[in-house]
Amino acid sequence: MKKISTLDDLKSAGDKGMKSLFPRGVKIVVGMATSGIASGADKVYEALQSAIKKRKLPFTLTKTGSMGMDFIEPLVEVIEKDKPRVAYGKMTADKVPQLIGQIVKGAIDKIKPIYRVDEEDIIAKREKKHYLTGIVPEYLQDIPTMYEVPFYKKQVKIATRNCGIIDPESIEEYIARGGYLSLHKALTAMSAEGIIEDVIKSGLRGRGGGGFPTGTKWQSCRRAHGDIKYVICNGDEGDPGAYMDRSVMEGDPHSVIEGMIIGAYAVGAQEGYIYVRNEYPLAVANLTKAIADARSSCLLGKNILGTSFNFDIKISKGAGAFVCGESTALMASLEGKAGEPRAKYIHTVEHGLWDRPTNLNNVETWANVPVIISRGGKWFSEIGVPHSTGTKVFSLVGKINNIGLVEVPMGIPLKDIVYDIGGGIPGGKKFKAVQTGGPSGGCIPATMMNLSVDFDALWEAGSMMGSGGMIVMDEKTCMVDLARYFIEFLVSESCGKCTPCREGVRRMNDILHDICAGKGKVGDVEMLEAMAIGIKDGSLCALGGSAPNPVLSTIKYFRAEYDAHIKQKRCPAAVCRALIKYEISAKKCTGCTVCAKKCPSACISGVKKKAHKIDQTKCIKCGICMESCKFNAITVK
Amino acid sequence: MVNFIIDGKKIKAEKGTMVLEAARSNGIDIPTLCAHESVSRSGACRLCVVEAKKGKRAKIVTSCLYPVEEGIIIETNNERVMNVRRLVLQLLLARCPESDVIQDLAKQLGVDPQPRFTPDGDKGKCILCRSCIRVCEEVVGVSAIGFSCRGADKAIGTPFSEDSAVCIGCGACAFICPTGHIEMETTEETRKIWGRTFKMKSCAVCGRYFAPEDQLKYISKKTGVPMKELAVCTNCR
Ligand SMILES: Cc1cc2nc3c(=O)[nH]c(=O)nc-3n(C[C@H](O)[C@H](O)[C@H](O)COP(=O)(O)O)c2cc1C
Ligand code: SF4
Ligand code: SF4
Ligand code: FES
Repeated sequence: MKKISTLDDLKSAGDKGMKSLFPRGVKIVVGMATSGIASGADKVYEALQSAIKKRKLPFTLTKTGSMGMDFIEPLVEVIEKDKPRVAYGKMTADKVPQLIGQIVKGAIDKIKPIYRVDEEDIIAKREKKHYLTGIVPEYLQDIPTMYEVPFYKKQVKIATRNCGIIDPESIEEYIARGGYLSLHKALTAMSAEGIIEDVIKSGLRGRGGGGFPTGTKWQSCRRAHGDIKYVICNGDEGDPGAYMDRSVMEGDPHSVIEGMIIGAYAVGAQEGYIYVRNEYPLAVANLTKAIADARSSCLLGKNILGTSFNFDIKISKGAGAFVCGESTALMASLEGKAGEPRAKYIHTVEHGLWDRPTNLNNVETWANVPVIISRGGKWFSEIGVPHSTGTKVFSLVGKINNIGLVEVPMGIPLKDIVYDIGGGIPGGKKFKAVQTGGPSGGCIPATMMNLSVDFDALWEAGSMMGSGGMIVMDEKTCMVDLARYFIEFLVSESCGKCTPCREGVRRMNDILHDICAGKGKVGDVEMLEAMAIGIKDGSLCALGGSAPNPVLSTIKYFRAEYDAHIKQKRCPAAVCRALIKYEISAKKCTGCTVCAKKCPSACISGVKKKAHKIDQTKCIKCGICMESCKFNAITVK
Repeated sequence: MVNFIIDGKKIKAEKGTMVLEAARSNGIDIPTLCAHESVSRSGACRLCVVEAKKGKRAKIVTSCLYPVEEGIIIETNNERVMNVRRLVLQLLLARCPESDVIQDLAKQLGVDPQPRFTPDGDKGKCILCRSCIRVCEEVVGVSAIGFSCRGADKAIGTPFSEDSAVCIGCGACAFICPTGHIEMETTEETRKIWGRTFKMKSCAVCGRYFAPEDQLKYISKKTGVPMKELAVCTNCR
C-alpha cells in the first residue's frame, strides 16, 4: 500500500476511491453485512459472479456493508456511469439472470428497483456527488429516490455515513468520502486542546449507554498524570437484538479507527484497543484488514501523516458476557482477569487499563468523531436537541414492519420512528409499547408516542437511551411476561460479584414467575418496587443499578396488567399459559376436525360436522388449535 | 487533611482514608462483611453502604472503598441506607439460612427474614465475599481457590472442583471466612481441607502437631529458611 503522509497523498488515494465509487462502466454492489448474509446475500453474490463470468460481461462486482434495510435484504445495487444508482431488494440467486438481462437491456422488466439515488451527500466533506448526469432515464422515473422512501426520509446518517455505500475493505473508498481528512486536519492544524474543545462544543455524549459527555471525558484523561495512556473502543455490544455497533465495525471500520487516532492524539495516548464481541467474526475480519491497511499507509504506527505522533491499535476478542461491556469489567478482561466490574470511585480516566489513564468510548461514539472534526463542533451541536446533539443509531426490531438499522436526529418523536420509518405494526395489530435501552431499559407506552427520543426525555420517562436497542411490542405482548423475560436475561448475565444484583434480581425474577404462573400475592407489586430501590441503590455496577428498570416501567405504565394477573388470575394479553384458556365456540365450529388432528396433546374431542370440545385438564395451551382453525371458532382468554 | 461530616459530626482525616475507617476511628460503627483488614477490598457484600452528599447529589456508596473528600456529607444510617442494608441482609438470610453469623447480624440491625424469599438449600454458608480467595492469593501466595460460574451459580472452590495441587493446607481461607463456610478438619496427624488430606508435622521440641508439612515446605522454598529450622513450633522457637 502506498504511504500516505501529505494532503496530496490523501487526495490521490481519494481519487482512486472515487473511481471505484463512481465507476465508468457497470458496477454491482451486494450488501454483505452479517444481516445480508443471514438472508442469503452470499448466494446472490456467487450467482452474480458466475453470471458475469459466463456472459463475459465487463461488470465489476463488490461488497458493501448494511444500508439498514434488513426487511428487504439481500440488497443489490447497480451503478452505471451517468445514471442513478439503483437498488433491488429481496434478491435471490434465481433472480440474478433476470437482473443481469435488465441491466444489459437498460430497462426494467420483472425485477422492480426499490429506490434510486441520483446524488450522494458526502457528509464528512460537505459535498454532493452526482451519479446522474442529465435527466433521469425514462424507465427509472417512477422509482422513488432513496430520500423519498419513508424508511430513509427522516434519517440522518453521520455514524453510519458509509455503511452500505463503500467497500469496507477499501481504504481508498473511505478516503474518497472524506476519510482521514479529519485526521489530517487534527494532526496538522489543531492542538490537542483545540480538538477537545471542539468535541465539547459538539455536545457529543457517549453512545454506549451512559450518555457521558465525550469531550469532558477526553479532557479528564488528557489532564490525568501519566506518560502512558490508552484509548479503548467498546465493541462488546451485548444487548440481545442490538447490532448498531456490529454494523459500523463491519461496514465502515476506518471510521472507528480514524476516530480513535484523533482521540488518542487529543488525550495523549500511544496505544489503543478495540474490544470486539467474539460472536462478530466479520467485524473482527474487517477491522483487522482496516488496521493493517492503515498501518501500511502510515496512518497508524510511527510518525502518523508525517508528524511526530505515534499510535497503534490492537484488537481483542471479548469473552462473550454481557457484563464485559461495562467499562471496568472490559478493562479487567483486557488485562486477562475475570470480567467483573469494580467500584468506579477512582475514575478510569485516571486509573484504568493496567492502572494507567484510559479513555474508553463506544463504537458509535468513535465513528462520530471524524465528522465532528471536519464539520466542526458547532455544526454537530445544531443537529438534534440542546442536551442531546447529533444522531443516534437504533436497531428497530420486534413487532414492526420495517425491521432494520436506523440513524435519526436526536429528539425525533417516537411515533416517527415507529410509524414513518418503521412502517407501523404488522398484521393490523395495535401498537402497545417500545422497549428502549436494552434489557435493563424501560418501556414507553403507546400513549407517549410523542415523546422526544433523547437522553433526558427517555430517562424521565423511566427508560433510557442505552446503546440503541428498540423493541416494538403489539397488543399481544403481556407486559408482566415481558418484564419477566428481561429480568431472566439479567439474572443469567449478572456477574455475581455483589449481593443486591446477584441475589436481589433473581428474587425479583421468582416473584415475577409466580405472578405469571397465577401464584402472585397481593402486595407483590409493592414488594417489587421496594426491592427495586434497594437493588438500584446498592448494586456495584450499572447492570444491577438498572436491572429493575423493566419491572418499574411496566408497573408504572401497565399496573392494571399486574393487578389482573395477581387479583383476577387473568392475563389480559392472553400470553401467560397458567392463566389462559382455549375454548371452541359451538356456534362457529363446523366440526371440520382439523384442530383435533393438530392438537399435540390429543385433548380435542368431537364428531365430524359437530362442534368440538377441548379437555381443559389435558390442554397444554400451545395454541396450535387456534392457529389451525379456519373458521375462527377458537378463542383464548 | 480532608474535612468532612459523618452523621453530623465534623471529622478530619488523611487524604486517601476510606469513609469506613474515618467513621470507625470516630466511634461511628458501620457493619461490614467483606472488608477484612488483611486483604484488599472488593466491595462485594454491600453491607457497608452509606449515603454521600456532594452539593445537591446524594448517592449510595460503599464506605469500605469510598475515599474521604473535602466537604462531603456522609450519613451512615438514614432510611435510604437502611433500605439497602435491610435488603442485603434479607437476601443473605435467604441464601444462607444456616449461617448464625448472618442471623446474628440481622438481629443486631433489627432485620427480619423476608417470607417472600424461599430459602436456598444448596449454597451452604458462603456469601461470596471473596476474602478466602484474596487471602490465598495476596497473603499466602498460592491462589489455590477461586470462583466458578457467574451470577447466582457462582461458587467458591478449587479449579474444576478437583483436588488442588498447589494448596498447602494452611487453612488461611477457613480462618478468614466470616461465616465458617469452609470445612477444615484437623486431627493430631492430619488436616482435611478442599478434599485433600495433609500430613501434619510435629514439633521437634515439644512434639505437638503444629502445621501441615506442605505448608512448611512452601515457606522454606519461598523464604530460603531450611526445613530443619522450620521443624520447631512457634512456642518452642
Ligand atoms: C452491564 C453493562 C453492559 C454494557 N455494555 C456495553 C456495550 O456493550 N457497549 C458499550 O459501548 N457500552 C456498554 N456499556 C457502557 C460502558 O460501561 C461505558 O459506559 C461506555 O462504553 C462508555 O462509552 P461512551 O461514553 O462512548 O458511551 C455497558 C454498561 C453496563 C453496565
Ligand atoms: S451489579 Fe451485578 S453485574 Fe454489576 S458487579 Fe454487581 S453482581 Fe456484578
Ligand atoms: S467461603 Fe467464606 S470467605 Fe470464601 S467467599 Fe465464601 S463466605 Fe467469603
Ligand atoms: S464491607 Fe464494604 S462492600 Fe462489603
